[in-house]
Formats: sequence, C-alpha cells, structure tokens
Amino acid sequence: MQAKAEGAARSNNAAAEQDIVQACWSCHGPVAVGDPFCSSCKAVQPPGQADHFQRMGLERSFDVDIDALEKAYFRMQRDLHPDRFATKTPKEKSLSQQQATSLNDAYETLKDPLDRAVYLAHLKGLDVLKEGCNALNDPVILMEAMEMREALAEAESADEVSDLTRRAQGDIADCEKELTSAFLGTDMDHIGTLITRLKYLRKLADETRFRRAELRSMA
Amino acid sequence: MALLQIYEPGETPAPHENDADVAVGIDLGTTNSVTAVSVDGKAEVLRDEDGQALVPSVVAYAPDGSPIVGGLAKSLIAMRPDSVVSSIKRLMGRGIEDIKSVAGHLPFTVEPAPEGEAAGASRMVRLNVDGHKLTPVEISSHILTALKERAEGVLDREVSRAVITVPAYFDDAARTATKDAARLAGLEVLRLVNEPTAAALAYGLDKEAEGLYAVYDLGGGTFDISLLRMEKGVFQVLSTGGDAALGGDDFDHAVAEHFLKDWTGKTPGSGAVKQAVAMAREVKEALSAEDQGTWTLELDGEEQSFALDRAAFEAMIEPLVKRTIRICEDVLDDADVTPDRVKGVVLVGGSTRVPLVRKMVAGLFGREPLADIDPDEVVAVGAALQAEALTVGSDTLLLDVTPLSLGIETMGGLTEKIIPRNTPIPVAKAQEFTTYQDGQSAMAIHAVQGEREMVDQNRSLARFTLRGIPPMTAGAARIRVTYAVDADGLLTVSAREETTGTEQSIEVKPSYGLSEDEMSQMLYDSMKHAKDDMTLRLLAESRVEAGRAVGAVKAALEIDGDLLTDDDRKAIDAIVAETEAAVAGEDRDAISAAVEKLEEGTRVFAEQRMDRGIRAALRGVEVERLDKAAHERDQQGEEQAASPDDRPKSAEAGD
Repeated sequence: MQAKAEGAARSNNAAAEQDIVQACWSCHGPVAVGDPFCSSCKAVQPPGQADHFQRMGLERSFDVDIDALEKAYFRMQRDLHPDRFATKTPKEKSLSQQQATSLNDAYETLKDPLDRAVYLAHLKGLDVLKEGCNALNDPVILMEAMEMREALAEAESADEVSDLTRRAQGDIADCEKELTSAFLGTDMDHIGTLITRLKYLRKLADETRFRRAELRSMA
Repeated sequence: MALLQIYEPGETPAPHENDADVAVGIDLGTTNSVTAVSVDGKAEVLRDEDGQALVPSVVAYAPDGSPIVGGLAKSLIAMRPDSVVSSIKRLMGRGIEDIKSVAGHLPFTVEPAPEGEAAGASRMVRLNVDGHKLTPVEISSHILTALKERAEGVLDREVSRAVITVPAYFDDAARTATKDAARLAGLEVLRLVNEPTAAALAYGLDKEAEGLYAVYDLGGGTFDISLLRMEKGVFQVLSTGGDAALGGDDFDHAVAEHFLKDWTGKTPGSGAVKQAVAMAREVKEALSAEDQGTWTLELDGEEQSFALDRAAFEAMIEPLVKRTIRICEDVLDDADVTPDRVKGVVLVGGSTRVPLVRKMVAGLFGREPLADIDPDEVVAVGAALQAEALTVGSDTLLLDVTPLSLGIETMGGLTEKIIPRNTPIPVAKAQEFTTYQDGQSAMAIHAVQGEREMVDQNRSLARFTLRGIPPMTAGAARIRVTYAVDADGLLTVSAREETTGTEQSIEVKPSYGLSEDEMSQMLYDSMKHAKDDMTLRLLAESRVEAGRAVGAVKAALEIDGDLLTDDDRKAIDAIVAETEAAVAGEDRDAISAAVEKLEEGTRVFAEQRMDRGIRAALRGVEVERLDKAAHERDQQGEEQAASPDDRPKSAEAGD
C-alpha cells in the first residue's frame, strides 16, 4: 500500500487513480493494487505487475536478507498456495496458481545470488546475456576459467575434485562480495564483468560436482 | 468431534448428521494399495475385517470382463495366470518401446496401441488379458474403484474425492494417466502428492520436526529419494531423485535368476520363471528375519531344493542397493548438503525391511533411519493428512518441486531446458525462439522431460505445431514458448509469435496418455450413471460459485452498506435471499440465473463502492503529500476506508 501510494503521489490525475485502486473481480468493490486479497470480500486477486523485490516486501538491493526473504515467502505461500483453494471456484483456483507462480518466481530469483544479480542488473538497465559471453574478451576471466578447467581434467580422485570444488566456492563467495559493493555504485560495466565471472565460477563448481559423481560411479 | 466411527457390518446406526462425502488419501502402489482417512489431524488407515490394510494391486478379470481386485485376485494368479494383472503401475503412461526392457519380467502380454489412428491418438500400450484389450489406465481405475467402494463400506459414507500419491519420479505421462484412472473411477483428485513428501508429512506432523530430512522410499518397482526441509509447518522439498525401474521386485528377480541358473539343462518356461520369482519373494522375506533357510521349488515337474544364507542373499542384492545409495549421494550433492546435516531419514516401502538396505542407509547418513510408522502405510497416512488439509484446512503447507527437467527440442536434436528439475511448483517460464528459414510459416514444438542432452534420450511428452507465422526473414520472428506446471506437477505448453500475436496453447496430453475422445468413451462405458454423476458435479460447482457470489455481496454490505438507500438495500437483500433459496434447491439453471441476477442487481452498488474507494485512496495520497510522516496518516486513511461508520458523507462530496 505504502509503495503504491507514493508512486501515485507523483501525479494526482485520473491515471493515478487506476494505479492505486482497482475493482475486485468478485465483489466489484475497491482493492488497493498489489494487495493479494480483497479487503472486503477476501477474494484472492491477480498477482499484478510488482517486481520481485516489491512482491517480497524487500528493498531493491543485491544485499538480500535470506531469512527475511524466506519468512516472507513462507508467509505468503501459506495464504496463496493452490492447496488453500482446493475447494474454491475455478477462478479462485486459477488466481491462486498465478499468485503462487509469481511468488515462486520472485523467491527463486532473489534467493540465488547469480539470478538476483542478473535480475537486479536488468532492473538497472543492463541485460547480461544468458550464456554469459559479454566478457569472453575479458582475458583475466578467460585465463582463470581455462586454468581451472585444466586442473579439473587432470584431477584423478574424488578428493582432488573436492579440493577444486572448495576453491571454486571460495572464489564464488569473493565474487559475490565484490558484487555487493559494485551494486552500491553505478559502474554497470564492472557489474557486468563480475556477473560474467560469477557465471563461469558457478559453471565450474557444477562441473566439479559432475566429475565427482562420475569418479564415484567408476569407483 | 468423534474420531473415525467404524461399525460392525449390520450394526450401522441411522445415517448420522455428517453424511457429507469425505476425502481420503490413497497410496496406489505397484504391489499393494492402502487407503487412509484423517479427521482432526489424526489419520487412520482403513482395514478390512481381518485388520488388513494392504489391498494387493492385482486385478483378475472374469470371462465377462468384470474385474475382481485384491487378495482374491492375487490368489487366482496361480490358477488363471492369463486373466490376472499385477504391477500395472509400472506401465502407467508407457509406450511399447518403453517397456521392451522390462518385457521379460512382466507377467502379461502387451501390445502397442492400434496403428493408423488419427494423429493425437494415444500410443499407450494395451494389455491383452484373456482376450480383453485393456489400457493400464482402465486397469488402474478398476483398482481405484475397488478402493473407493471399500472405503465407502468402512466409513459408511460416500467417497468422491481423494489425494492420490505417485512416485516423485513419475513423469508427466504417468501422472496424467493416474489422474485419468481416478476420473474413470469416479474420484475427483484433489491433488497428486509425491510419495516421499506424503511420508514426510506423516512424520512431520507427529513430531513437529525442524530441519533437513531425507525420505528413502524403496517400493516394489520404484526408488525415490527426497530431501526436505521442515520449518514451522512448511514442508519444502529441496531436491529429489530416483529410478522409476528399481525396486524390491528386482531383488526377487536377482534371487530367482540365481535359482534358475542352478537349474541344469533346461531353459525355464514362463511358468517356471513366475514360480521362481514367487519363491524368491518368500526367500527375501524370510532372510530379512532369519539367517538362513532351505526352499523347495517344483519346476516343470522336477523338484529341487535350494539353500541360501543371508550373506549370499545380500551379496546378490548389494549392487542394487548400492545403486540407490549412489542416487542418494547425487541428490544430496544437488542440494549442496552433506549427509551429516540430515537430521533424520524416513524409511518408506516394504523393501526397506531388508536389513542390508537399512544398514547401507544408516552407513550413508551416519544415523539409524526412522521406521516408527509402518513403511507400507506411512504414505497413505500422509496422503490422508493432505486430503484433510485440502478440504478442511490446515496449519501446514507443502511446497513441492519438479522432479525432472522440462525442455524443448532445438536444432540438431538437442534439448534446451526450460524448467530445471527441483524448481518449486507451480511455476511458469518462458523462452524465446526464432525461425531458421526465410518465410517459415510454422514451427514444431516438441516438449520433453529428462536430464539428458539429446532429445531422444529424454522422454517425449508432446508435440504440436505453431502455425500462421507471417513470412519473415530467418531469425526475425520472435516465438515465445511458455511452460507452466501446476501444483499437481502437470505441464501446459503454449507458444506465441510476438510480433503478430499468433498463439497456440495445449494442455500437454502426453503421447502415451489417452486422448480426450478415448477418455470420454471410457467414461461413458464405465459409468453406469455417468450422466447423473456429471449433473451432480455441475450442481456442486454452481453451488460453490453461488456461495462465493453471496459471500462477496454480504461482505460488501457489511462494509459499505451505508451507501445504499433503504429501498436499494431491501432490493439487494431480496436477491441475496433468492440466491440462497436457489442454492438450497437442486436446480442448477435456477442457481446460475440467481447468481446472474445478483451480479446485475449489485452493479450500481459496486460502482458507488469504487467511487468511495478511489476517493479514500486519493485522500491518503493528499495527506501524504502534505505530511512527511506519511506512515501513520496513510494507515488512518486505510482504516477509514475499511470502516464506513467513521466516514462523514460530507467528506465524500468534498473530494
């Protein structure tokens, strides 16, 4: 409610009216935009257009409090999950599914540091390519990736691979820390580079996992 | 409120006040099925007069085609093997090519779906049971019908809704097939719940557990491992894995093979194999309690005795158990969890009675697994709890995930994942594709499920074609393909050409499922009172809808009733009363007409309410602009909007 009202305050005209209040599909009375339930008849509403941070009631920042995120997610799913609507009308079932889908999308995106970084960069106007080729021309990242790959190819035991996993995880943690401070500034190129590096590191960590499973099944 | 009331046959008292239908939980198993019901959070497994909860998932067909289900059917296997079907769950949603690998192990003959049917007709296998051609869906529906009737007998009331459990690893085709079977049996599926999740529910509610738990489920034909987090009544599935073709039956086959290998000279016939497998099962059960034993098998008229001790038995099955342990390790890895962080391991499935299984599970997790609840009944108990949660309400919530990745075929027969496995459901994800030829006017969409790179190594779910793409140069069209998975784990795929809005959407009817036509024909054939059932269902649905509409109007009157003149108020009250009277009756058209009249008769009222709401909201904005301490004021504004008594009429007009 708060955020909506602030947004509307920018221009107090007819269009703003539409932004803050809309008609409930069930009782046709007014509902504040963004409220998941009608305040008068309690009917579930469509999920609307809020961004992931707004939906979870969090500040738009890379530094997300995971506990707060999960609390908000569980609290909202408790009310909005389709399991709560098993005996309701088809329309309510479908709206609850849409609500739960939006919640899952927001939760999954914000929970994962890489997805969160990509999403936040997107909100700030920077689209990092999915396959992360933005900085294939960044020699530092390229060297680092090749070196790790080589080490992985040469590892002969699950323990050796586990060492590499730990190394990759350490690098990932460092990279995330750098992202936290980068997002406080405005250097979008730097943010893009860090995201690309994080992608490489995550891929490497996954590969060490596959490799370990492979070595285990051969043992 | 009284718990389950069970009466001796013939002593059933007069119909009690609450003879509304009840929702049950059904564990539709490969070998056995179990039904349970929950009242006030206490689940009870339904038992027959002998105290038996397990109903063998075996169907015998009389010469006229009428099915006999359960223990009696099982006892007919030896006498009339050709007209008895068991382990049908293994064939749910399978095509002929899927079951080639298990064909030798199946105790019946299968046929591909009839050739030359129209596109879209199912490729689900048919069973030739003593001359009757039956699909696995029909056979499963016969089991479900028997379970439903049995439950109605025990509970002395109608049972029309159920939560049915499926292995977490069941793919889309098998899930749809299970839902179809329930429909044929006249059961509304409230939710398909994954078996391991149901088992966790059964444990979690008893113990208010917090933290990470693993559920190790080794049944007759399938293996599942799930990792869950339980926190304050929320069950969150973190990751899941398994093997849809690995179970206790494989232990039996390993032992049977060992016996038959010793059977010198002859190639055993199918009768001999069946007998050897049956004996192997006895051996397995005996060696789970004792250290050794001797068994006699009469094969093709010759008698031979076999001695086996537990060590030798364990050596035979160890590779199979090891496979399950390896899958456990992968699932833990997937969730980035080390075994020592798991606070408890729940055992599910009869095969977890085998000591070697318990030993190896304990070895992996470094703790003794939990088995307080009978591993054969624990899934049904969880399903019953979930059935109650869905119909009556509950403090707990189950958040499940997709067990397998869902992808799309791209150039070169590669799979591109759209929804990765272990994504919380419900979920919707979209991806954009483009055309690869100039002037291309159609695009084939092929949805697959599985983790492999190549399309043909994954399971094909559905194909359809997006047509009507306007002629463009290659790469110019933008085709947005959306995958949506609902809370039952079922997939819907839609495709849309973004520049023109050409759209096509299908609910994925898996290639190995039944087509809508086949389903309606079967529904028609199977339901003696199909029409009555349909009428009743539609009546129930319009009552729910009318209940919603009346509730909405009453809530609005409560809050904004002051907007109405006495006459307007009387008119609305009269339509509400009229609608309520219609709901009490049996006439569906009258109910729909009343609801329509209600919507019509409250339209002006709704407009007045919108006006008031917008004014109140704008007033909030105004206040905020004037006052930096917007918080408190805005809340006041909201309070005003919510309580009509405080709001002077003049303020309305003044805005």
